Amino acid sequence: MTEHEDILRRDPRAEWIARNRLHPLHQAMTQVSVVVRGPSGLVRKSPHQVGFIGPNGIKRIDRLAGNGQMTAGATRRRSTAQEVVLPLHQVMEPNAYIMVVPDMAGGRLTAQDKDILGLAHELAKQRQAFDADERLAVVAVCFGESKEAQFDEAGVDRLVHLSAAEYEGFAPEQRLQALLQLDVSYQPTHWLFPDSVHGGTDLACRLAVKLGERPAAQAWQVSIDTTICRAASGSQDIQRDTPRILMLLEECGQAIDETRHEVLPLPFELASSEAVYLEDKGLIAVDPNAVPLAEAEFILSAGNGIHNWQQFHDCATLLGATEGASRVAVDDGFMPRMRQVGASGTWVTAQVYMAVGISGAIQHMQGIGQCDKIVAINTDAGCDMVKRADLAVIADSEAILAELCRLAQQHTGKTLEQNEVTSEVSHVA
Amino acid sequence: MLPKALALVSIGRHPQSNRERRAEQDGRAVEMGLHLQERQLMTLSVVHAGNADSPVLRQYAGMGLSRLSVIAQQANEDVLSPLIDHVKTQGVSLLLMGVRSEMGQSSGMLPYLLAEKLGWPLLPRVADIQSIDHGVAHVLLALPRGQRRLVRVALPFVATMDKSAKAPRQTAYGPGQRAEIEVINTTSIEDDVAAQWQFTPAKPRPKRMKVVKAKTAADRFKAATAKPVGGGGKVLKNETVEEKAQAIFDFLLEEKVIR
Repeated sequence: MTEHEDILRRDPRAEWIARNRLHPLHQAMTQVSVVVRGPSGLVRKSPHQVGFIGPNGIKRIDRLAGNGQMTAGATRRRSTAQEVVLPLHQVMEPNAYIMVVPDMAGGRLTAQDKDILGLAHELAKQRQAFDADERLAVVAVCFGESKEAQFDEAGVDRLVHLSAAEYEGFAPEQRLQALLQLDVSYQPTHWLFPDSVHGGTDLACRLAVKLGERPAAQAWQVSIDTTICRAASGSQDIQRDTPRILMLLEECGQAIDETRHEVLPLPFELASSEAVYLEDKGLIAVDPNAVPLAEAEFILSAGNGIHNWQQFHDCATLLGATEGASRVAVDDGFMPRMRQVGASGTWVTAQVYMAVGISGAIQHMQGIGQCDKIVAINTDAGCDMVKRADLAVIADSEAILAELCRLAQQHTGKTLEQNEVTSEVSHVA
Repeated sequence: MLPKALALVSIGRHPQSNRERRAEQDGRAVEMGLHLQERQLMTLSVVHAGNADSPVLRQYAGMGLSRLSVIAQQANEDVLSPLIDHVKTQGVSLLLMGVRSEMGQSSGMLPYLLAEKLGWPLLPRVADIQSIDHGVAHVLLALPRGQRRLVRVALPFVATMDKSAKAPRQTAYGPGQRAEIEVINTTSIEDDVAAQWQFTPAKPRPKRMKVVKAKTAADRFKAATAKPVGGGGKVLKNETVEEKAQAIFDFLLEEKVIR
């Protein structure tokens, strides 16, 4: 409901008709719709009082019974742009489960995760048609910190969220232990994993080995009976029975978009985990400019609004961002061609794309279409980049970058002199 | 005596010509083994399970191997148990191999099955082995988006190679032809489960259509003409420079792109 609908609007014409007893619509407008009952209790209608005399002197009967626009009172036609509340899909006391272990790259469900959740519901529907007594719930098993706020719209009936510190980072052994315990307590019908480099494949293989199953890798067409999966580096298809454990390729199913789901926590207590062989020593700092631009995680991109280029390079180094540029900055010779982002440059997939002094030509916007979050720094509040941005700052880039450099130095405690040696990023025009 | 590393190699497939070739990731496994050998950290041996007459084995040998073992097998036979026997008899403490084969089922399960049967830990997608010191290795794992993670693990373990590991060196034809190929005959176990599967040439996958689920003409019109706009972000206009920069910095911290 928008707030405009609550406002009571006066209809001056209706009021005038109500005052003017000689008006042809007066009778119809002031009609009291009191139900008259006869002595036997039957509803009596007087045929003479039905309808009104229209503007041409012809009697009109309003068959819409007050639903039309001409009714007395102040209600107007409702605005069509209402926020649609999707119907809630409920699973009461589930007796079967399909477990989905999403990648949650960057703490959110990826497009592949959502497709897999959609596929899980498709499988659930097929099983339902087969056996009506089965109440199948789709369970998402998430590890580590989650920033996802829309589990309900992605199709999660039940959620197992293991957010303990031991599941953070690289912890395949701990995660496997949790999955094995889930398998024992719930006996899921299927385990669905994304076949991805984010760890889905790894975890699926580990689980399959422990459970003694032969999983389907690179599956792309799945029904409850048969699965088609790619083999021999994508040159062959294998058609086989659907196994319990599936590793699914991108676009294997249709993401849920017409229902909401409950996202109830699934009761589950963890036993203490076994001995751990792999010790995670944490992420290693890599030179951000050695990472290919197309797969960089964090890009600081410069456009026409940058005047102090040394400051821009310093800021990128301090923030640990990969450098990008708009076409103008490249054409003017401030950045190399390989750094150009956009339709004629690189199509980037960054998690955070920070556009400094880029107003957002359509070619540039196409290039950043797959980025998750956009931060814009621009002096023009009306430009396309600001409209697209999740966080936009209307200010001069130089002052903001200087302040960001200071904050980054404060945060990491590193100074530029140490970094100067490793980053030979500055480009000779 | 140095600990032993064993690289498992398979026959690759060229993506365009379909011809047999040295597999990308297996070549990297041999390269990593040779590199460890050159650094005096391990000694390398190489094994292949399959056809001993394949000319591709000479390509692997041409990387600088004097000998190569082949466990003689047919295409539809299970490689697992002969490989485990081989690993046990050789006294190996590091297994190097690719993530997925380029021919056959390419399920990527072999390293996991080997690790499980041997009771060794497994490291997926290794980019580099930094050091092996007193039986403890520091291994660099390749993560998506060019990130790296350091993991400490005790020997023995199984490692699969990422494509960001050092590219395999060029093969030399003559040394490859001169290398000795030792054939190991084992009892064969047929893979009955996979025999029931149907293998067909890959069908192109259907492209996903953009379906507009608009109910009214106005909605359809809007869907066809409207520019995609982000879901209404925050705009900071009248704050001080410090506040604005702080807001950006907090956002970056929240997204965990600054560490």
